Amino acid sequence: MLDKNKENSYFLGVDVGSVSTDIALLDYFGNLITKKYLRTKGQPVRVLQEGLSSLKKEYDEINILGVGTTGSGRNLAGVILGSDVVKNEISTHAVAASKLVSDVQTVIEIGGQDSKIIIIRDGIAVDFAMNSVCAAGTGSFLDQQASRLEIDIKDFGGYALKAESPVRIAGRCSVFAESDMIHKQQLGYDLPEIIAGLCEAMVRNYLNNVAKGKDIRTPIVFQGGVAANVGIKKAFEKELGEEVYVPEYHDVMGAIGAGLLARENILYKKNKTKFKGFDITDIDFKTKSFECDACPNKCEVVNIYQDGQLIARWGFKCTKWEAV
Amino acid sequence: MKKITFPHMGYMNVPVKTFFESLGYEVLIPPKISRKTLDLGVKYGPEFACLPLKINLGNFIEAMEEGADVLIMGGGCGPCRFGYYAEVQQEILKDLGYEFEIFVIEPGILKNFNKIKNIFGNIPYSKIIPSAKLAWKKALVMDDIYKMVLENRAKEKETDIIDQIYNDFLEEIDNLMTIDAIEEINSKYSNKINQSIGEYKQGIEIRVGLVGEIYLVLEPYVNLDIEKKLGQLGVSVEKNLYITSWLKHFLHLSKEQEVIEKKAEKYLKNFVGGHGIDSIGNTVRYAEKGFDGVVQLAPFTCMPEIISESILPSVSKEENIPILSLFFDEHSGDAGLQTRLEAFVDLIVRRKQNKEGILYA
Ligand code: SF4
Repeated sequence: MLDKNKENSYFLGVDVGSVSTDIALLDYFGNLITKKYLRTKGQPVRVLQEGLSSLKKEYDEINILGVGTTGSGRNLAGVILGSDVVKNEISTHAVAASKLVSDVQTVIEIGGQDSKIIIIRDGIAVDFAMNSVCAAGTGSFLDQQASRLEIDIKDFGGYALKAESPVRIAGRCSVFAESDMIHKQQLGYDLPEIIAGLCEAMVRNYLNNVAKGKDIRTPIVFQGGVAANVGIKKAFEKELGEEVYVPEYHDVMGAIGAGLLARENILYKKNKTKFKGFDITDIDFKTKSFECDACPNKCEVVNIYQDGQLIARWGFKCTKWEAV
Repeated sequence: MKKITFPHMGYMNVPVKTFFESLGYEVLIPPKISRKTLDLGVKYGPEFACLPLKINLGNFIEAMEEGADVLIMGGGCGPCRFGYYAEVQQEILKDLGYEFEIFVIEPGILKNFNKIKNIFGNIPYSKIIPSAKLAWKKALVMDDIYKMVLENRAKEKETDIIDQIYNDFLEEIDNLMTIDAIEEINSKYSNKINQSIGEYKQGIEIRVGLVGEIYLVLEPYVNLDIEKKLGQLGVSVEKNLYITSWLKHFLHLSKEQEVIEKKAEKYLKNFVGGHGIDSIGNTVRYAEKGFDGVVQLAPFTCMPEIISESILPSVSKEENIPILSLFFDEHSGDAGLQTRLEAFVDLIVRRKQNKEGILYA
């Protein structure tokens, strides 16, 4: 039945993170057709609706066979879209990397707020780690430093490549790195040397904290927003002594993975999609949170309303708010 | 009359309360650990102390606010900071202006009989023995029922039904004061749990062993209810650390520790404090028993567990078992933990499917 419609049949993958909301449209065979990379700006629902409606405009005949969501806002997006698969971002990144580079063994992923490493053997994830407390070495840290140095983040990596001998910057954590960088600036080092030094410090930090103890083997895929930064890529290659591969769609790999998992769910497990349709762009969704003061835990309870009706709720530690 | 209190650690409060109450003392259980307990501990505890110290401190403050004046705390020796918690806490609480007596349970305690007498008065052995037996029986039955909870959440018929049964059980056992009554509810609740078991949520059996630092393994508030989260993801959980097993070791009643150390030998030969060596030994045991994974839990900056964390990757490789190490402090959040657990479970499921040759994406 599905085969007749392979032509305009698609799978949708959505990655709602704190920094960006990414949408990937995959064809029947799982290939990426188009992608959107949008800023979440604290309004995931609005951004999601806008993203979908612009997708709808670009493709007038579009049949969505299945939807997958991922990222820290995966549950929210899942409720709103009527998602078939709601997956954590580690699994989706692993799936996407294996699809694009079939023999990948190591995935380095650095996004806006998170960084992680995934170890893959024979196509399946066998080990992973994620940064926990330290934000050093994530996209937002780099953004900050770029604006401190008064350069566009897009040019950041280019500067690093011009360096002849990067200065050594202490990179134990973001606070150290930042103050040491300012110090080196005051000593009169050139911008390229400093930026390259910062890239190297970030990479060392990542390898010592996030990737510590992990069995890094080639091929190595580098993905996430920061993978666009050629300075960081080069620093990884220098430190690891291996080539690091950045896929073309490195910034939306989570969304691609979510779409692939939705595809697996629909085509192989033969489930029917729960996608609510493109009409959701006209629906009025509201999230309201409040602090429950029924006990000293003071949970932040989040309510999601669709046209004034409560459709989902989370954030509580007890059973008090379980019934929707 | 003096009011005795002690910090929370899992459901330890139930048997300990039973023990003191059956001896005729008044016991004041600290309010359930909450955000407020943690906030108090973080505010008054040393910044770099580990999470258990902070929560214990919060428990003491909250209990003393309600009128407790005798504090019971564990002590210890060896290369782990736990040994001086009681001392540090005492000083902080004195500085805050509280008046109390403190009793530290540590190796060699019985040598200091005068102190016991000073605080608790003269209690004859003939009274202590039956109280201890009753408390011990409770603790054992609680462990038995809890083991069933851990194993069976993964296949409960309705969401949360096992936890509801377990909560009823906790309420009922709290007030029982005879061995027979405790026996009776043991079989009553085992039956109830058995009746609520259906299919595995993941469609396949997944067994994960928990290892790590005792407080983090036993106290759901600080480990963010990880056992329940795993259960809801369809994972049967097993652990070796219980108050009863710890006491058996402490009182030299079991040979378990020798077995653990023997298993750890290949990777770690020395005592490194806390439960560092147990984490290694038990991981090896879980691997040998064919478990699908191991999760290590510890407070951030916990020295013994940092040592085992650095050894576990080689154990994982040689024994061919996935291991997830998780360190917790007051900044740990639910969302990050959920993401890691889901990914870990996915990893295990895919690994199993791969073995059976059913892998799609
Ligand atoms: S939701 Fe439950 S646990 Fe959270 S503050 Fe309210 S009563 Fe307390």
